[in-house]
Amino acid sequence: MLTYIGRRVLLMVPVLFAISVVAFVIIQLPPGDYLSTIVSQLRARGDVIDEAELAQLTARYGLNDPIFVQYLKWITQILFHGDFGMSFAWNRPVSSLLAERLPLTVLLSVTTLLFTWIVAFPIGVYSAVRQYSVGDYVATTFGFLGLAIPEFLIALVLMWIGLRYFGQSVGGLFSPEFQEAPWNLGKLLDLLAHLWVPILVLGMGGTAGLIRVLRANLLDELHKPYVVAARARGMPERRLTVRYPLRVALNPFVSTVGWVLPGLVSGEVIVAQVLNLPTAGPLLLAALKGQDMYLAGSVILVVSVLTVIGTLISDILLAWLDPRVRMRYR
Amino acid sequence: MTVQTPESPTGSTHEAGVAVAPQWKLVWWGFRRHRLATLGMVITAVIYLAAIFAEFLAPYSSSHYNPDYAYAPPQRLHLLDDGKFGLYVYGYKATQDRETLAQTWATDERKKVPVSFFAKGEPYKMFGLIPGDIHLIAPSAGGGSAPMYLLGADSNGHDLLSRIIHGARVSMSVGLIGVAMAFMLGIVLGGISGFFGGVVDTAIQRGVEFFMSIPTLPLWLGLAAAVPAGWGPLQRYFAVTVILSMIAWTHLARVVRSRFLSLREEDFVTAARIDGASRPRIIFRHMLPSFSSYLIASLTLSIPGMILAETSLSFLGLGLQAPVVSWGVLLQEAQNIRAIATAPWLLLPGGLVVATVLAMNFLGDGLRDAADPYKH
Repeated sequence: MLTYIGRRVLLMVPVLFAISVVAFVIIQLPPGDYLSTIVSQLRARGDVIDEAELAQLTARYGLNDPIFVQYLKWITQILFHGDFGMSFAWNRPVSSLLAERLPLTVLLSVTTLLFTWIVAFPIGVYSAVRQYSVGDYVATTFGFLGLAIPEFLIALVLMWIGLRYFGQSVGGLFSPEFQEAPWNLGKLLDLLAHLWVPILVLGMGGTAGLIRVLRANLLDELHKPYVVAARARGMPERRLTVRYPLRVALNPFVSTVGWVLPGLVSGEVIVAQVLNLPTAGPLLLAALKGQDMYLAGSVILVVSVLTVIGTLISDILLAWLDPRVRMRYR
Repeated sequence: MTVQTPESPTGSTHEAGVAVAPQWKLVWWGFRRHRLATLGMVITAVIYLAAIFAEFLAPYSSSHYNPDYAYAPPQRLHLLDDGKFGLYVYGYKATQDRETLAQTWATDERKKVPVSFFAKGEPYKMFGLIPGDIHLIAPSAGGGSAPMYLLGADSNGHDLLSRIIHGARVSMSVGLIGVAMAFMLGIVLGGISGFFGGVVDTAIQRGVEFFMSIPTLPLWLGLAAAVPAGWGPLQRYFAVTVILSMIAWTHLARVVRSRFLSLREEDFVTAARIDGASRPRIIFRHMLPSFSSYLIASLTLSIPGMILAETSLSFLGLGLQAPVVSWGVLLQEAQNIRAIATAPWLLLPGGLVVATVLAMNFLGDGLRDAADPYKH
């Protein structure tokens, strides 16, 4: 088990490196650089540009150095000083902005993942055990719809229904009176009252996919000879399903974290924009539109790294659950 | 699909024909038994046809607008005029609230706007080449300048029906071109990976895993934001398709690789190798034909993902931009809750996206089932 974890963590290093390179490239892609944007902003305001400050900033970001030196400076600043650069739209360090927004993004992703599991599990098992029943057809239809409807459209329709028939807005994560309030029980309850909408919207696609996978896997297992043998010996049907095939078919619950999690984070960006959630998604969008590249690159970097770590955790869980996976890496 | 005996579409000749039928015919017979898939194919075909003949089918061009009719609601098309056949819609009556300045629309039953099929309307150039001015359905020439909004109007008084039909052209072709690009990448890399194996395979597979493990949307957004603002609509369109093709290729590369890996060990490939066939000949004459139907099925299945991705990017304002019309661009209008509350019909392009994606998923699923000869 330890060897497996060790190998898996080692494999992560090149992936993390590649992610950091991609994020850096995205920062560099738009024409011009960090300073020319600041200079043009100052000019637009009619301010005088302090040459000394300009030179100091040039040195700090290594703007006259070759590109890989710039990358090294950028990544060492992040790794050793937690300095992600400055956001010039907010005029604040990127790290403080991230600290504000990321916890809610993580909370939203994790709760949605749990929701997806809790909903998909009974439905998936039911539609496999009772194949071609009415419930199975309903679940399959729901599965197809969940795959076909973009998340933001569900969000828009929910918002319209909320406004039209209940006369209230379903956006945001907090009521206005709790927006700036410190954390207390009231704020927590208020958060819970708002959280279900984004969880529902975000969880649709993942739930639909997971139901399909669980159904297909369980159906494969249910027709294997060992199940027939156990049934022939008179094992009760319920115990028969739960004891063996279900355990094997459960693997996708853990292993699909690998693709459910990136999907959730992607979906979060667009749903958060529509529902006006205070998470990292709208921050990223605004940064990209305003070419606030240090902020944008940092959000992409941190969100991708978190996703990779989530996938790592799921892989380790899977190895712990399933000896076959562990053995492959001996 | 519970039918085990092949229900013969051509009567008894089919039974005898199975043995000698070429592969595409077997696939077609298998496909025809799949009802949802056939329905999916019909819907997909209709949407593509609408996209091709957009200028003729749409009552107006995509840039036609009339600000006097902002947020005008959909009109009902009446078929009978005083007991006789005659197409018309009722005109609008606008009343403005004095305090809020909000406009409310009502149908004006005294004003009839005659409508006819194959009416002369705005002149256009079909495919940018053939000039014409006949529209499938449009207000009759004699009816004055009163407009027709069968699916309502947006904030500028654009006709939503016309814009949806014109938008289909961009939305549907983005999927096709994007998939074609992804296909090139996928088949080359997946083929190399599967055919040579070893270190090359490991390297390419690590690459695929990398692309699959990062959240795609933030990445595309980053790339899309980097597209220079000065680029014209056509350049932007291609930039967006290139960005989109970066999702689909990983999946296709995996499919191609796994097929190559399993086929490499097949007897007929060994036979061809012993016969002294060259590598390209083995790949293109022997291996490729035996899984081309799989490829077509997976290609069909990856188009809906592209359409959804383009819609999302454009919806966020980082994909295609006006004056180009795509379903995602149209949905931008529905981004704020106030617009949806006044004009719920602005969500219609979204409904069309869902219908298209569903239809293409059914079509792809049916193709995949039909292409698999060992299914039963």
